[in-house]
Amino acid sequence: MLDFIQQLVNGIALGCVYGLIALGFVLIYKATEVVNFAQGELLMLGGFFAFTFITFMGLNYWIGFLLAVICMALLGSTIERVVVRPILGYPQFSIVMATIGLGFFARSVAGMIWGTDDLKIDTPFSRSVTENVVRIGSLVIADDKISIIVATVLLCIVLYLFFSRTRMGIAMQATSQNMLAAYYMGIPVKRVFSLIWAISAAVACFAGILLAPSTLIHTNVGFIGLKAFPAAVLGGFGSIPGALVGGIIIGVIEQLAGFYLPQGFKDVAAYIVLLLVLWFKPDGLFGMKMRKKV
Amino acid sequence: MSEPILKVSNIESFYGPIMAIRGVSLELHPGSIATVLGANGAGKTTILKTISGVLDPLKGSVEFEGRPIQRMDPDKIVRLGISHVPEGREVFPFLTVRENLMMGAFLRRDRTGVNDDLERVYTYFPRLKERMIQPAGQLSGGEQQMLAISRALMNRPKVLLLDEPSLGLSPILVKEIFAIIRRINQESGTSILLVEQNAKMALETANYGYVLEVGRVVMDDTCERLLNSKDIQEFYLGATEEGARGEKRWKRKKTWR
Ligand SMILES: Nc1ncnc2c1ncn2[C@@H]1O[C@H](COP(=O)(O)OP(=O)(O)OP(=O)(O)O)[C@@H](O)[C@H]1O
Ligand SMILES: [Mg+2]
Repeated sequence: MLDFIQQLVNGIALGCVYGLIALGFVLIYKATEVVNFAQGELLMLGGFFAFTFITFMGLNYWIGFLLAVICMALLGSTIERVVVRPILGYPQFSIVMATIGLGFFARSVAGMIWGTDDLKIDTPFSRSVTENVVRIGSLVIADDKISIIVATVLLCIVLYLFFSRTRMGIAMQATSQNMLAAYYMGIPVKRVFSLIWAISAAVACFAGILLAPSTLIHTNVGFIGLKAFPAAVLGGFGSIPGALVGGIIIGVIEQLAGFYLPQGFKDVAAYIVLLLVLWFKPDGLFGMKMRKKV
Repeated sequence: MSEPILKVSNIESFYGPIMAIRGVSLELHPGSIATVLGANGAGKTTILKTISGVLDPLKGSVEFEGRPIQRMDPDKIVRLGISHVPEGREVFPFLTVRENLMMGAFLRRDRTGVNDDLERVYTYFPRLKERMIQPAGQLSGGEQQMLAISRALMNRPKVLLLDEPSLGLSPILVKEIFAIIRRINQESGTSILLVEQNAKMALETANYGYVLEVGRVVMDDTCERLLNSKDIQEFYLGATEEGARGEKRWKRKKTWR
């Protein structure tokens, strides 16, 4: 039982990271109908930026965190402007190839700048394996796992308030529901797209920094995006709560499969669940049923 | 006569290689209503899209209050005071009615003015007030049309572009909507460019009319005269001619051809 809870918490923490990456996919997809296959690489770059600020330059963890997120937001909107905007409106395939190429490019550039060794960030949650833990009875949970869960919840609250309460947030929803009508309202659609990319990149950076204590930072950390993808599809690819729930489901299943099932199941578990869900509910768990009226 | 508030001169607009309008000119005078009539595919919607900037004309100019605005970004044009009620309503289906209306006021920062305008559109369409917190996708077609018009009014526009507001509505609702259109024009002095299939309603509401055929203006006159014109009566109002002339009908051609 204790093992189960332990694995469950670890699974939820991992799932939160998947969920955040999936959230980035979904935000960009909903607004611009572009699937960004470089989302995992944005997470990787976020980790490297944080390493540079915190470990290399020796800044305070929180300041380094913030700076990394800001840098990634700027990078996200630059990518939109330079790479995506010029090919928007061309066949999906070109854009997909462009984002895949972008991922390769980011990996090799990161390798040139930061090398191919595993890098470590000192975080307030991972100084010591024995001290930075929460003990409830004989249950022991590492602080860095708790930090992932708490930070994800906080980030989701902030994003929720932004999208539902602010003028710009609602305008972003409006743009993803009906782009032409958004133009008619005078919503600066191009700026909205840049902002969406900025938010997605910032969220990926957030996930990358939270993940750093568990996986360390290296040029292949972005492949975690391949796990976030089924999370997004599971959630209905288009639903923000769906992306998070999908991420957590995948994370938990993967963790439990890794613990209880024979070796090898861990990495395919996510895809098996995905296939099963799509079999019964092709729209995903949170697929939008309501369609626009004529 | 006064200077036109909106002046379209010889515009040509394309969808890829397809030329949808071939040199159209029209004028809208301050405080007046002008209408553009034409069959399906004549290019009416394309004219409005060209004015509101979502489509750039290849040739020609669009002037608003004497300034050229062709090829400007749509949000700049909305900011100048031109609002577009698109064909087929195009509401934001998952936003509430109130949020849809607030999107109409996206570019405005004067909170009290926005609230006044919100109250104003609720007096025009009390049904919207009742459905304030419902997602717009759940409204009926007629209610969505009311929302689309109200949403455009939330920008407090000087010029309102209306694309087929009667599309798919019951005759009673059409009357209601047109009464409101007249009221908007009279109470706020908003100039209106109205595109319609319902020629009778449009000609009774507007001051000046243009007849469009395959991307060209083939006739324009005051609505009074258009209503009495034989061609309009026959081809747009569906009047049938009686008596001896009826036998010759097959010979009759539109005079502008
Ligand atoms: N998105 C598009 N791509 C290609 N051609 C288009 C597009 N939209 C319109 N057209 C073409 O442009 C011409 C004018 O279309 P437009 O929509 O302006 O007509 P309309 O007068 O508004 O017709 P309706 O009364 O049916 O709304 C038509 O021949 C149409 O086929
Ligand atoms: Mg049309």
